[in-house]
Amino acid sequence: MISAFFIFNQKGEVLISRLYRTDFKRSIADVFRIQVVSNSDVRSPIITLGSTSFFHVRVNNLYVVCVTKTNANAALVFEFCYRFISIAKSYFGKVDEESVKNNFVLIYELIDEISDYGYPQNSEIDTLKSYITTESVISSAIAAEESSKITTQATGATSWRRGDVKYKKNEAFVDVVETVNLSMSAKGTVLRADVDGHIQMRAYLSGTPECKFGLNDKLVIDKNSQGGASDAVELDDCHFHQCVRLNEFDSTRTISFVPPDGEFELMRYRSTSNVKLPLRVIPTVNEIGTTQVSYNISVKASFGNKLSATNVVLRIPTPLNTTGVDCKVANGKAKYVPAENVVVWKIPRIQGGQECTFNATAGLTSTTTRQVWARPPIDVDFEVLMLTASGLIVRFLKVFEKSNYHSIKWVRYLTKASGSYQIRF
Amino acid sequence: MSTQQGQDAKFFQRGKIEEFRAELQAAEAKDKKFQKRKTVLKKIVANITMGNDMSPLFHDVIQCIGTPLLEIKKMVYLFLVSYGRSKPDQIHLVIPSFLQDCNDRNPLIRALAIRTMSYIPIPVVTEALTDQLRHCLKDRDPYVRKTAAICVAKVYTADPRKAERKGFVELLRDMLIDENATVVSNAVAALSEIGDRQDGVIFKLNLTIANKLLSALGESSEWGQIYILDSLLRYVPEQHADAEMMAERVIVQLQHANSAVVLTTIKVLLYLMNYMGDRRLIDYICRKMGPPLVTLLSSGPEVQYVALRNILLIIQRRPTVLKNDVKAFFCKYNDPIYVKLAKLEIMYRLAREENAREVLAELEEYASEVDVDFVRKAVRSIGRLAIKVEPAADKCIESLLKLIETKVTYVVQEAVIVTKDIFRRYPGKYEGIIPKICENLDALDEPEAKAAMVWILGQFADKIDNVEELLDDLVYSFLDEPAEVQLAHLTAVVKLFIYKSQSEVTKALVHKVLKWATEDIDNPDLRDRGFMYWRMLAMNPAVAAEIVLAEKPAITTDSDRMDRGALDQLLLHTGTLGSIYHKNPETFIRNAAGRALIDSPALNANSRAVLVSLARPQLPPIAISVSGPGPVEPTRPPQPSEAANNVPLPTIMESSRSDERDLLDVEGDDGAGGDSGEGYLEGDDDGPVTKAADPYASLGGAFGGYVTDVPQPVAGGSRGGDLDDLLL
Repeated sequence: MISAFFIFNQKGEVLISRLYRTDFKRSIADVFRIQVVSNSDVRSPIITLGSTSFFHVRVNNLYVVCVTKTNANAALVFEFCYRFISIAKSYFGKVDEESVKNNFVLIYELIDEISDYGYPQNSEIDTLKSYITTESVISSAIAAEESSKITTQATGATSWRRGDVKYKKNEAFVDVVETVNLSMSAKGTVLRADVDGHIQMRAYLSGTPECKFGLNDKLVIDKNSQGGASDAVELDDCHFHQCVRLNEFDSTRTISFVPPDGEFELMRYRSTSNVKLPLRVIPTVNEIGTTQVSYNISVKASFGNKLSATNVVLRIPTPLNTTGVDCKVANGKAKYVPAENVVVWKIPRIQGGQECTFNATAGLTSTTTRQVWARPPIDVDFEVLMLTASGLIVRFLKVFEKSNYHSIKWVRYLTKASGSYQIRF
Repeated sequence: MSTQQGQDAKFFQRGKIEEFRAELQAAEAKDKKFQKRKTVLKKIVANITMGNDMSPLFHDVIQCIGTPLLEIKKMVYLFLVSYGRSKPDQIHLVIPSFLQDCNDRNPLIRALAIRTMSYIPIPVVTEALTDQLRHCLKDRDPYVRKTAAICVAKVYTADPRKAERKGFVELLRDMLIDENATVVSNAVAALSEIGDRQDGVIFKLNLTIANKLLSALGESSEWGQIYILDSLLRYVPEQHADAEMMAERVIVQLQHANSAVVLTTIKVLLYLMNYMGDRRLIDYICRKMGPPLVTLLSSGPEVQYVALRNILLIIQRRPTVLKNDVKAFFCKYNDPIYVKLAKLEIMYRLAREENAREVLAELEEYASEVDVDFVRKAVRSIGRLAIKVEPAADKCIESLLKLIETKVTYVVQEAVIVTKDIFRRYPGKYEGIIPKICENLDALDEPEAKAAMVWILGQFADKIDNVEELLDDLVYSFLDEPAEVQLAHLTAVVKLFIYKSQSEVTKALVHKVLKWATEDIDNPDLRDRGFMYWRMLAMNPAVAAEIVLAEKPAITTDSDRMDRGALDQLLLHTGTLGSIYHKNPETFIRNAAGRALIDSPALNANSRAVLVSLARPQLPPIAISVSGPGPVEPTRPPQPSEAANNVPLPTIMESSRSDERDLLDVEGDDGAGGDSGEGYLEGDDDGPVTKAADPYASLGGAFGGYVTDVPQPVAGGSRGGDLDDLLL
């Protein structure tokens, strides 16, 4: 299991150092600094030297590092790092050098609580916040009874929820967020298109509410087993927050759960069939001799005209020896960014059905070693509200609680792409 | 609750012991709400973090232990965990305070006290802890019990025999049937740790206990589920039905959001399948495993990497899993390099006639990217695709020729290397492209590529017009070439001579090379081969021709696959480091516990036939040291300072040297399988294990020679090269 936990800044200075076991001294941190932080070409998140393995996850300008001398469960170690990061985000708002330094004592408390002897323990944010706080607590003043409540929750079957939650107004917000991944070949054929979906929920519900959640009627999960109609929404796979009763889902396909208080990810799913691509990008890029490259790119919003794509950003690669780019656009703004060898074309809004075009010529310097231009793909980021690329829809969310209160539910949909909607040319 | 912003960054400053001491003393007089003490302690903790030795303040800091502020107590405890071990003569001063906390009414305080005490493994503290721990293991509060369970693992590590004498192991076993799932899962974690020790008690599960654990699964935290799932491998099904029932109970966990739960569930399922009889159920489980594995590719890149390395193993053992999902492994342009390289291997492995075109199109795309390693591997994969999927061979060759035309040296060299194998795979089919390849003779500067080129020239000497001229040019630098190239040259000129024995140029050439090989070269292999050829040619050229130009065994891709016994064993480590490196942990981690399938009436006959059994190493009589590589041999010697840093805890090394020999004794007869030269670098002293102990050491071929195709480490200690060795 995990023997040591560190946080390093970009310079390799130790911001947090917690040795859970005696098989390392603090000097092990120096090894990581030499092997990873000061190494410009790190090609793995895991480095094993002798019997010692270093796992690291980078976040902003920090390295979150776990060290072990055992055949540790690598997935568990990385999940633990991710979890630490999300807890820190929830506590401090952001995770960077400043926030870690500003809260280092609290971080020590947290990492002692969420890992004992290197074995990850209860790490539910809601529960942690009930007894690990920045407020000064007089130890004798914690009523033993209050603590018993906390410990029962921290070890209980619904460790993610306190029993005494009360709201004046009972509300639940459901956000269906889909990230579209696209890889399109230069010939315009779709190499792969899939959707990573997340159902994010913010539950502000009193007591211990029992929720039932329903998706499309024609939902096909585990599509291998049945044929599936062509218009049905097919999910290749779905994963649930630990509050969802997996056995019940397995037998009756109902998603039922007692939600944590506040925000959490209820469900994650993946779909590869019938993915509707919100934006069609058609690039024509020609290298004219060795001195020029001409671009003609059109983007078309292929959804209904009541919706619109916002924050559309196209990153259009240019050759390394580009001297300047002359761009003409009717919508948005285009700007050549020499440091990244791209033209960034930003369009604040594209209405459904609308088409935008981009024309440009890049001038090139003559180089002695004429290397072939690798032509990285065009990358498109965007957001479309109230659309799901998979077609998934929330049919109902029912809340049952013994006091039988009335609750208000809100559902929002968002389809977006960031960094993985790629068109080759 | 909203986010809370601390303001403690200002304490991150190096300070002097004397100042802190004075500040602490000043605080004793007047300290409103203990603010002063809190501030000094924060400074001290910051200094501990920065690596400043704060232990001289031991006496001063423990004065604060009575402060009724929880935050202060926790900081003092942190201080004690850091320095307690180095102050065995003073630690008794805090024991009364610990004991008081152990009996506090507040369960959080009780748990904190035993947790902290067990972090200080020196006899005075352990002694005081013993009684408390026994009570806490039976505490009415589950939080205290779950903490106590882990404490037993700590106490056991400090002194195994004593922990056994005090009956802690039995108490821990009793906890497996605790009513609280969190307690159960921590008890499982602690018992597993103890059971994995070479000097620990054996931890096995019977059906009753396994079922108890399964019923705790649903109520455990995600981490607890992992501990429980992992422990199920300690249960050996006696009947098919037991394995099948258990698989049905764990399979829902594939839907869990935590990737470690998913991978551990897959490990359990893969394990149980060895004991099942129902073919349909096995197929069903295989089908169920695919989608969650693909979904892991939507996690962070680190988890993706873990998943990919595991998938590569899983699809070798269970080829139906993911067989239609090759597209999911196409690389994204902005994937980290380690993800790309891992995907590439899976793409190659999932390639077959139906998807070969798509795969080839992707590989061509990758061959124009920037990262040299990635490009090379893409090019090599194109060649290997040609060898693997016959109907795609034509297209692959076309693509390789296009790549050769780019004249990018590393691309050309990779292409030449694979082309050689293609010629051997499809004799007489593609020799027409030889002239194209010969145009690029000058681009070759790597031994493997050169050797491949020389082989091609020799093998097809009768079909290349100016072959004498080409070989003569290449032979020019013969004496400076590495042995690999020299050997290729030697054989090539002999072949040339057999084809063109009338040519004077050829005669001179072969004479020159044979003379060099036998007179100027120290390498015995080369010399012996030189003599052998020379005598054969002298005595009976006709027989020599028969021998030298004998039909070569066909190249296939069958050898790509790891053998089943090895896979069965390796898959018992799914999700762990061993699965990343594709090595059994006992072969590269000192004191790591090996695993093996255990025979039972339910074990599948095929699995039994290839069973790799594992003997539990015995305690060694004497200590000997075996130098050898772990997963990475950080090619020492680098700068002296670095070397010193890289040898952690020499004391531990001493004690465990002896165990290495064990491994050797037990498994040494599996034969040494040095796959490539890399294994024999002088490893650093930390290098724990010997190659001889690794029955899979010769699996280099399983990855299409990729293991050997990484750049050589640069002299001066840059470790890039060797690191890759493992990771590829």
